[in-house]
Amino acid sequence: MPKTLFEKIWDQHVVDEVEGGQEILYIDRHFIHEVTSPQAFSGIRDRGIDIFRKEKIVATADHNVPTKNQHLPIKDALSKLQVDALKQNCEDFGIELYGLGHPYQGIVHVIGPELGVTKPGMTIVCGDSHTSTHGAFGAIAFGIGTSQVEQVMATQCLLLERPKTMRITIDGELGEGIYAKDIILYIISKLGTGGGTGHFVEYAGTAIWGLSMEARMTICNMSIEMGARGGMIAPDETTFEYVKGREFAPQGKEFEEAVGYWKTLYTDDEAIFDTEYNFRAEDIEPMITYGTNPGAGIKVTGNVPTSEEVENPEGLKKSLEYMGLQEGEKLEGKKIDHVFIGSCTNSRIEDLRIVANYVKGKKKAGHVNAMIVPGSKQVQQQAQKEGIDKILADAGFELRQSGCSACLGMNEDKIPKGEYCVSTSNRNFEGRQGPGARTMLVSPLTAAAIAIEGKIVDPRKFELKKVAV
Amino acid sequence: MEKFKVLKSTAIPLPEEDVDTDQIIPARFLKATTKEGFGENLFRDWRYDSEGNPNANFVLNNEKYSGQILVAGRNFGCGSSREHAAWALADYGFRAVISSYFADIFKGNALNNGLLPVQVSDEFLKKILAEVQKKPSTPIIIDLPEQTVSLEDGSSESFEINDYKKMCMLNGYDDIDFLLSQKDKIKAFEQQHVEF
Ligand code: SF4
Repeated sequence: MPKTLFEKIWDQHVVDEVEGGQEILYIDRHFIHEVTSPQAFSGIRDRGIDIFRKEKIVATADHNVPTKNQHLPIKDALSKLQVDALKQNCEDFGIELYGLGHPYQGIVHVIGPELGVTKPGMTIVCGDSHTSTHGAFGAIAFGIGTSQVEQVMATQCLLLERPKTMRITIDGELGEGIYAKDIILYIISKLGTGGGTGHFVEYAGTAIWGLSMEARMTICNMSIEMGARGGMIAPDETTFEYVKGREFAPQGKEFEEAVGYWKTLYTDDEAIFDTEYNFRAEDIEPMITYGTNPGAGIKVTGNVPTSEEVENPEGLKKSLEYMGLQEGEKLEGKKIDHVFIGSCTNSRIEDLRIVANYVKGKKKAGHVNAMIVPGSKQVQQQAQKEGIDKILADAGFELRQSGCSACLGMNEDKIPKGEYCVSTSNRNFEGRQGPGARTMLVSPLTAAAIAIEGKIVDPRKFELKKVAV
Repeated sequence: MEKFKVLKSTAIPLPEEDVDTDQIIPARFLKATTKEGFGENLFRDWRYDSEGNPNANFVLNNEKYSGQILVAGRNFGCGSSREHAAWALADYGFRAVISSYFADIFKGNALNNGLLPVQVSDEFLKKILAEVQKKPSTPIIIDLPEQTVSLEDGSSESFEINDYKKMCMLNGYDDIDFLLSQKDKIKAFEQQHVEF
């Protein structure tokens, strides 16, 4: 029977079927971090059992870490407690930890791929919804709750209902200055925040296959923002090239064998999806969000919708009130206070290159506070090696140390109440970047242009140099 | 986990749609390393103003309403996968949430923590909300064995729940207890599973 990419990988991992339609799914890799693991470790202790397959767990500290002076003790007592608890737990149970100060430390969804831990055909979970990022490699990767973290620790398995499948095909050619972030914000603006619910999404089409791995990760990362369980892209030469030679990737003959298997991971021609959508790359323009969910995206040059144009006028009203915006308002030209470039959506080396390439020789607007938080220690080092740190500093950007930072505002990196932050992260919920913070989601290029101009602009109105990726 | 059979309780109405987990429990309160105490900060930014004073307009601060059931608008629990949202609701004292739609991860998290997500039709949800708002003392009956929600006037609707999850809720045990009993099968699977 013809199968989708998702079905091929899922079927490979089913241990057993259970009454009530659930399946026991075997998990190849489990990422953990400080915020959603402590209660799972306590659960394991309370049950008096050991962790079943410790070698399949990779741990890092990212959500709650400072992005300045990481060599000093953490000031916030509660954050310190959580980061220390992770360290202790990893020691007690014998789990590999890439904690603060470790050369591999970083946002869990950035380090997995960059270390070659994330590979095609795997099942990957983490107690974080943006685990969908790893699907860019042709893996089944999804976020789980803490009880499920405990399940995987205890049994290396999860009890799950098989999700439905969806394919989103984007054919055509992307215009200049249009990036993966614009693609995914565009898709979510069309499907809505509930459009993918219950589904696992495969992205396909010429516009997707032409993308770099970093860009594919950006797209899969935000699948969750339309309610999907995860997103994935069939592995191809771009994928194999990226994985090749990385620290934990198979080497030599083993790598060749792996590629042989990975090449079987694609959706068969006759396979059927529960839901399908098609878009044209030519219709996509630089995007920005105006509201308080990631589905509230419009063209940077567009206008905020009016009550008549939306399905939920009450929701629109409430979100515009929070955002301090008017119905029908044009966003271009609006003054911005903060620019945040970071998060597991857009903090990889390619994102930093895009920003550096644009801001080189320019200066940020005086009133703008521009912060760049690299996704990992390795990204930071690579940026230094390429002289990106220097370019950014000259342009007035502050380059921090790696972590989740203002993406969720758990550490001290918060946006003050009522101020506008243009952000490359993935969520613009009320209070996400700090109580009262007003977040607008954009691509790294758009963020860079806005930082320079100090107001919302379409980056294409300025000279764009091609980035060598 | 506490067993869940039949729950008869008054309810608290929250007609808002798309209530995301950042509203249920803001990220800055996720620093704890135990499961207890999250109820204090449930709906923190709606419940209190920036000075920490209770916001009189928010329903949890309205003395008219109390109970172990939260009745919420469509797409409850969307956003971040944080299980803390389910813990916060349970810790506050809720045993069930009624809505016309639940976000996937939240639903799973709720069931794993003895908090029953009850999905009803949009029409019935509207009716429940109206009844509760009209008469806050009206009891709602959630019958898990029968899979029904009923109101005082006799109107009732059935809801779906996975057979296995139902059995777990009824007996007060969780997925881990079950999976641990399957260890032999898991080990056998590992013998033939190739990972590159
Ligand atoms: S960067 Fe943001 S979205 Fe990504 S893992 Fe960290 S908190 Fe979650």
